[in-house]
Amino acid sequence: MGAESSLRDRFERGLAAPICLTWELTYACNLACTHCLSSSGRRDPMELTTSEAKALIDEIAAMQIFYINIGGGEPMMRDDFFELIEHAVDQHVGVKFSTNGTRIDAAAAERLASIDYLDIQISIDGVDASTSDRIRGAGSYARALRAMDNLKAADFGQFKISVVMTRESIEQLDAFEALARHYGAQLRLTRLRPSGRGANVWEELHPTLEQNRRLYRWLLERPNVLTGDSFFHLSALGESLEGLNLCGAGRVVCLIDPVGEVYACPFVIHDEFKAGHVRDAGFASVWTNSELFRSLREPGSVGACNSCGSYDACRGGCMAAKFFTGLEMTDPDPECVFGHGEEALRAKRVTLRPIPSPDHSRRIPVSISSR
Amino acid sequence: MTLSTTELFDASAPWSLNARVSLRDEAFGALAYHHVTRRLVFLKSRELVELVRQLDRFESAHAALAVLVPADQHDRYVRALASLARSEILHGR
Repeated sequence: MGAESSLRDRFERGLAAPICLTWELTYACNLACTHCLSSSGRRDPMELTTSEAKALIDEIAAMQIFYINIGGGEPMMRDDFFELIEHAVDQHVGVKFSTNGTRIDAAAAERLASIDYLDIQISIDGVDASTSDRIRGAGSYARALRAMDNLKAADFGQFKISVVMTRESIEQLDAFEALARHYGAQLRLTRLRPSGRGANVWEELHPTLEQNRRLYRWLLERPNVLTGDSFFHLSALGESLEGLNLCGAGRVVCLIDPVGEVYACPFVIHDEFKAGHVRDAGFASVWTNSELFRSLREPGSVGACNSCGSYDACRGGCMAAKFFTGLEMTDPDPECVFGHGEEALRAKRVTLRPIPSPDHSRRIPVSISSR
Repeated sequence: MTLSTTELFDASAPWSLNARVSLRDEAFGALAYHHVTRRLVFLKSRELVELVRQLDRFESAHAALAVLVPADQHDRYVRALASLARSEILHGR
């Protein structure tokens, strides 16, 4: 245990390169999920070009970043999607990408199955069409399942089914497990964050305290269910969940957005957490020299959690969850398992919530009625 | 740790770093990533990293330990190597 916590201290002081680098390839998306972390929809005209993206992959390979998490938007909306992922795996940079599955037809599934070092996460947000489509849009569930069928038919091997835990989906845990078993897939559950468009739905959809407690026990019994270290705030309930159990922002993780901006983590696409730009001095320079990242690697203030005996387990929770609910970095996580976050939110008589930036949501077409 | 962690590891056999594994130096030692199992493993000292990198120059793990590691630490390092072998970071040659 002593050795483990000293390792965690090392991680909190930062690594030579990220363990987990997320790269949102595009803001373009053919869906408009209500909880989208990156407020995606429209392609940004300043998106990295194919040659810029390839140069970035070369730099990632040189930094010995083992694998990249590709997301979006919908990454398969980029015309050079296959060219880029093949460029990465050719250099032994593993690729894990998140997709809504709409573009995985039989031919795409065949091509994906032929690529080594590739991992796919298909997102759904309910185990039936009505629950999932309420968040991801009409028809999205059926298309995600069709993608899974195509991958299975193409003998892709084990892919992942990725689900954001909402007040509704959390009631379907066992059914998600059965669905994953049906496809020979691995289940991955992540936390609903009030980031991007998620800010609009977080209040009504984030799990209740009781649901979070149930989720914790469920996960504890299933160490093979992946979480991307999403739920370390729940580790304050007792035994630590699988994973590093720390906020990795700027320390072991970071995010590169479609135009090349580097942010501290995938959940803080906001000016306040911008570390630099890959077009300026390259990614390695941002990772090593960014003032923001350097400050995140300094020991932080325990703040309001000082009097709680569980700080060592939860580390005060998620920076993004605090920021976008209008809490201070020194406040407890809004979903603190002991309810301290809810108290902190209530204590703020006027909460000033940051407006997520930038926003690439599609503008809702205005229907013009004839006179 | 108990015997069960070492019983499958034969230190008198030749071992080397698995070709499917990338090793990246870090201040605390190194990170190892297995591209097939997709597991990340921490090597918690520079001495262990050096030992792992040099294993393939020796006819056995014991022979490498004899040259690279003080005798009173051999047991500890055999346990560390056994653990790396279990996660397929090392493989028998």
